[in-house]
Amino acid sequence: MIQLTHLQKLEAEAIHIFREVAAECERPVLLYSIGKDSAVLLHLAMKAFYPSKPPFPLLHVDTTWKFREMIEFRDRRAKELGLELLVHINEDGVKAGVNPFDSGSRLHTDVMKTQGLKQALDKYRYDAAFGGARRDEEKSRAKERVFSLRSAEHRWDPKNQRPEPWRLYNTRKRPGESFRVFPLSNWTESDVWDYIAKENIPVPSLYFAKVRPVVRRDGALIMRDDERMPLRPGEAVEHLSVRFRTLGCYPLTGAVESTAATLPEIIAEMRASKVSEREGRIIDHDGSASMEQKKQEGYF
Amino acid sequence: MAYALAEKDLAHAAPLAAPRAGEKALLRFITCGSVDDGKSTLIGRMLYDSRMIAEDQLAALDRDSKKFGTQNGALDFALLVDGLAAEREQGITIDVAYRYFRTDKRSFIVADTPGHEQYTRNMATGASTADLAIILIDARKGILPQTRRHSFIVSMLGVRDVALAINKMDLVDYSEARFNEIVAAYRDMARDLNFRTIAPLPISALNGDNIASLSERTAWFQGEPLLPLLENIETAGDRSSEASFRFPVQWVNRPDLNFRGFSGWVASGAVHVGDEIASMPSGKTSRVQRIVTADGDLDLAVAGQSVTLTLADEIDASRGDVLVAATQRPAVATEIQARLLWTAETDMHPGASYIVKLGARVANATIAQVHHLVDIHTFEPARARPLGLNEIGLATIRFDRPMILGDYRDNRDLGGFILIDRITNETVAFGLIDTSAAASSDEAAAPPATETANWTALKRNLRTKLAPAAFSGSCVGLGAVVLGASPATGLLLGLADAALRPVARNLLRDYRRFRARRARIGAEESLSDGGGI
Repeated sequence: MIQLTHLQKLEAEAIHIFREVAAECERPVLLYSIGKDSAVLLHLAMKAFYPSKPPFPLLHVDTTWKFREMIEFRDRRAKELGLELLVHINEDGVKAGVNPFDSGSRLHTDVMKTQGLKQALDKYRYDAAFGGARRDEEKSRAKERVFSLRSAEHRWDPKNQRPEPWRLYNTRKRPGESFRVFPLSNWTESDVWDYIAKENIPVPSLYFAKVRPVVRRDGALIMRDDERMPLRPGEAVEHLSVRFRTLGCYPLTGAVESTAATLPEIIAEMRASKVSEREGRIIDHDGSASMEQKKQEGYF
Repeated sequence: MAYALAEKDLAHAAPLAAPRAGEKALLRFITCGSVDDGKSTLIGRMLYDSRMIAEDQLAALDRDSKKFGTQNGALDFALLVDGLAAEREQGITIDVAYRYFRTDKRSFIVADTPGHEQYTRNMATGASTADLAIILIDARKGILPQTRRHSFIVSMLGVRDVALAINKMDLVDYSEARFNEIVAAYRDMARDLNFRTIAPLPISALNGDNIASLSERTAWFQGEPLLPLLENIETAGDRSSEASFRFPVQWVNRPDLNFRGFSGWVASGAVHVGDEIASMPSGKTSRVQRIVTADGDLDLAVAGQSVTLTLADEIDASRGDVLVAATQRPAVATEIQARLLWTAETDMHPGASYIVKLGARVANATIAQVHHLVDIHTFEPARARPLGLNEIGLATIRFDRPMILGDYRDNRDLGGFILIDRITNETVAFGLIDTSAAASSDEAAAPPATETANWTALKRNLRTKLAPAAFSGSCVGLGAVVLGASPATGLLLGLADAALRPVARNLLRDYRRFRARRARIGAEESLSDGGGI
């Protein structure tokens, strides 16, 4: 009898979740945020419906502060796979001049990411949005359901989640309510990289070490991706061999010094690492239960 | 300094993940026990001892321990897992949390579940996919009602292997006698729960005794410490790959007019290209033409794989139908018996229409009859009434269309279902189909769950019911003699009292329940016809 490997089991489970949504929800969408988890999510969506195309579009909520390479990568991938890509920018936030430097990471993330996401979901009336979040990322994520119900105002009620036994998902909801659906719930960071290597999934080169222009700021290495990043007095741009463990808004994403330039080197480095991947995420450190709070407010 | 960590703590912040050589199959386990037995502390300790806690997480833990910790500022491992703000404030676990860790030998998924009775449904969720349960007992307190309840639920949901962790051994001076006493009591209690293995361990999650390695403080303990035990155990596991082929159709795959495939998850068994299958409930047969995946066609698909099948004939099948081996067809029924675990705050409404989801099939269901409840303290059948939150009972459920079923013990995918309230959309019950349950429809306290339980029950009855009856009977008899009746009359009166008193008590109890139930039904009726609202 065939014994399925750990990755095969995770893959089969994720495909099962994709199909449940396609069968039971009216207007699904895949939240595509361009990083490694989104890359795996997209790959699994392509597999789940083969030989059909995934019966939903991709949505990127663009804060206008993503790495330039991420945007190029996003447009190229959508074109290669022949999928519809919707990009939403919170124009109110842009008009108000919200940015990570003057507004602070918290306000910037709330306006450009959380509010932007809510605007997009309301505008297109999506009733299920796939996300690449994993339970091993963060403590409040560890309590998240695979099908996570959100109110019409997009709020998450962590104290009143539906029990989710076996592989049975209760997909009933009232008008206006929606689901966030997490097919990668049971994956770890390690599983994601193993799967990327096994399946040869393209990811942005920002994950691989290269000499890049960085500034040391508040204990983090910030890559100066464009001229919009003003230098503070005493700061200078250094050229160091760095890479990123997670990708987000460039002013809020810390790089790590590294020479790992290939997938096997990245995996070896991750396995030897003593810090978690979210360490480089500046927005997670704004208070003890900050992820839970952001999620209650509608953050993915 | 809030950020300063002791050297010994940092020494533990070693590699995030170990290599995978010679790895055993993934083990999914659940921790359960009563409030404050130390479940979250144990998981935090296991993550720490297997070096799964990164430096920045340790720094955060150190900060949080000083702010919320219950260990006087020392590392409070429970805070590693209690992630919700409300949980940290109250120092309790509310919701099931899944944690992932890995040692050199094995990967683990842990469901850390709440001990409070009101969150039992979250505990049952964790148990529904577990291979093994760690049942924690506080050495000072011994077996508590929650120990019995959780043991019953994990057994009902199909867990066959138990690690019995007697925790807080440091608080009973690592007493072997106390340990043996609790283990013996547990084995006695669990006799009818059908566990395959029960491995008792004396531990202190706080101090790390017998977690990663054997503790010097329990030199008398001959077993394996907890982590090696989890690494090495071969669980009874999943028998689904050996069963007959069952494939619930999840999604009909029609990219164009030339392709019509059935996408789904192989719930049990295996299928080869060319195999004869039947589509249930229609019963129409065909042959498997292709097993399609994005990585190319397969010759064989097995339980646990997500694939797309195409058939040689144009037979009608849609979401919720099940493709099965043509020679081994499953039961198809519109009425079944199932054990229900009620998960909603509002009580069951017998006769009301619920939505049932079983495999990929959604239908309407009514609860035709509750046969009996299970008394969670004695594991005995109790008198039937509508189930309330966290209660378990055997019921007959009627569907509005044929359902393709399996017995839960053979196939969790076709034997487990959920009931959904059609107005609130809440998941109100977990159902486990029991095809062996006698189709008896007696109203009264139903047949005993197991014959073997009878002797214990009888002993308990003798103690709890006959002893007081004999006492009160003797009193009545003696009183009568004192008051001048003949000894024979006294004896007669005494016997009559002993015999009738329990009957009277039962009658009184039934009457009270009847009144409560009538009040409830009355309220429902007044609601359904407008009731003056």
